[in-house]
Amino acid sequence: MQKLIAWIDDRLPVVEAFEKHMSKYYAPKNFNVFYFFGVLSFVVLANQLLTGIWLTMSYNPSAEAAFASVEYIMRDVEYGWLLRYLHSTGASAFFVVVYMHMFRGLLYGSYKKPRELVWIFGMTIYLALMAEAFMGYLLPWGQMSYWGAQVIVNLFGAIPGIGEDLALWIRGDYLISGITLNRFFALHVVALPIVILALVVLHVLALHEVGSNNPDGVEIKKNKDENGIPKDGIPFHPYYTVHDLVGIVVFLFVFCAVVFFFPEMGGYFIEKPNFEPANPLKTPDHIAPVWYFTPFYAILRAVPDAFLGVVAMGGAIAVLFVMPWLDRSPVKSMRYKGNLSKIALALFVIAFCILGYLGVVIATPERTFWARVLTGVYFAYFILMPWYTSVEKTKPVPERVTMR
Amino acid sequence: MKTIIFALFLSVFSGAVFSAGGHAPPMDSIDTDVSDQESLQRGLALFTNYCFACHSLEHARYERGANDLGIPNEIYEENLIFGDAKIGELMTISMSKEQASTWFGSAPPDLTLSARLRGPEWLYNYLRGFYADSKRPYGVNNVIFKDVGMPHVLADLQGVCAKPPELGVEPEVDPLSGNIVKSSGCEEYLVEGSLSPAEYDEAIYDLVNFMTYIGEPSRLQSESLGRYVLIFLAFLFVFVYFLNKEYWRGIH
Repeated sequence: MQKLIAWIDDRLPVVEAFEKHMSKYYAPKNFNVFYFFGVLSFVVLANQLLTGIWLTMSYNPSAEAAFASVEYIMRDVEYGWLLRYLHSTGASAFFVVVYMHMFRGLLYGSYKKPRELVWIFGMTIYLALMAEAFMGYLLPWGQMSYWGAQVIVNLFGAIPGIGEDLALWIRGDYLISGITLNRFFALHVVALPIVILALVVLHVLALHEVGSNNPDGVEIKKNKDENGIPKDGIPFHPYYTVHDLVGIVVFLFVFCAVVFFFPEMGGYFIEKPNFEPANPLKTPDHIAPVWYFTPFYAILRAVPDAFLGVVAMGGAIAVLFVMPWLDRSPVKSMRYKGNLSKIALALFVIAFCILGYLGVVIATPERTFWARVLTGVYFAYFILMPWYTSVEKTKPVPERVTMR
Repeated sequence: MKTIIFALFLSVFSGAVFSAGGHAPPMDSIDTDVSDQESLQRGLALFTNYCFACHSLEHARYERGANDLGIPNEIYEENLIFGDAKIGELMTISMSKEQASTWFGSAPPDLTLSARLRGPEWLYNYLRGFYADSKRPYGVNNVIFKDVGMPHVLADLQGVCAKPPELGVEPEVDPLSGNIVKSSGCEEYLVEGSLSPAEYDEAIYDLVNFMTYIGEPSRLQSESLGRYVLIFLAFLFVFVYFLNKEYWRGIH
């Protein structure tokens, strides 16, 4: 074994790579529970890729056969139901862990200098993931697949001038059809997974260049011992590999409970209207996107003008990209920021969750009013950030990380 | 265990129930049990005799149902397959969609996934919701699905209710005599059926139970496998927990 590794290492720097990214990658020793969600994103990504490959073996991407082929997988393919539920639950789980991972970033200032590129790569992954999820959702060819795609693609039509042609170009047809299904399938199973994998590599490489942040927001590289090893750092392997195993097992327990016992999750993970095949002549009473898109859908609906609504929805995502330059605080972590930052983040999270709820339910005048208020809160968090992060009084940041 | 886990999830995901729009009429609840093979067998028999002429189960195969419901293939073929269909085939019907549209106004939908689309509760109430209405082409209307195009196929079992049945009402018991004075369902029949109201409700329970099974035939397999997976993960947790503790002993 040693000889084999030596043989390979003479030709490919595997030992060096392992040391750089695992056994000699020094991570702060004070990670808390929020730091599980990065590795959990890896777990879910692996699950999506593996189950996706096997689903592709039995799925038929044509308007005539797509719906029936999903039921064929559910009934006639050995453990096909398991593959499909792992994949459908995995889609929602992906957004759960990614949202938690992003929240961690906001909480401890992980986007701040020198980690701006880590954040931007991460945001690009999130964007690619939304496209991946949206296109994947069309593939079962149920009513909600069809009409959800119809609504979202039509949004592009609201762009002045080029809108209608752009929507036509995306669909490849005048309405969502088998042509759209085929191209979404190609993008979902080939193009976007390659993009996502490449971005994940960039995300991790950029992170390992600057080193991980931690709940105190202290740069551990400022305090090194005589060997040049950060005093507050511990080798990622084995310390965080065994540590992450605990988080992975807990996550898998919850994940499998959903997969095996209630994969529909009360209609949130698999929407009930999707058990009816797509019918271009019958619009469902209520078209709701899947839960992970609903905060942005609520923002879209909150704006009275169609084009401005699309701008607001796009802006709600785009503004996250410039986070590193909006935060003017001298400290990274929420632990040492002032009360204004804490209140702002709390309001932002509350607004995001309630907008998520409002995006699920049917719009009424009262709900639209609240959606408008909360859209204001959502954007205020970002727009006012340069102000409130620079005027508030921060607490002194310790020299070394704290264990609590 | 399932209930506990589900309650936990509900508490996390509290808030909106997935609303389908409009106001749903009150309904009686139903607690389906897809492990009750005898009920499923009775439901299958009812489906085959009363529904299968017009409604297909085009995603399901005869053989899978026979095996899951514990019916020997020969007996199934002799008694429950009409025409020259083979047991390995999908449960399609011979009536074409065009013919059906001419006869009923719209083609009767495929029912393989109806329990997952509408929910067992909806089916249970819909099938008990027919009543006489001379304005409708088949002489009946439905309290759950207003102006439905379907005739009351089960009228020879239930009879025909004279007035719209009240569903989803709490049964009222006379405290002195102990007799039920008011219950959910039909109060007065225009035509008597061969079953008593209670027997009819049980028959519909069996039918809906079968529809629930056929909507997701993997449910039982999923839950039994899921138990082992969760037990395995619980054991694995103990190991990784102490492994982690051992490694981290020296880190302060």
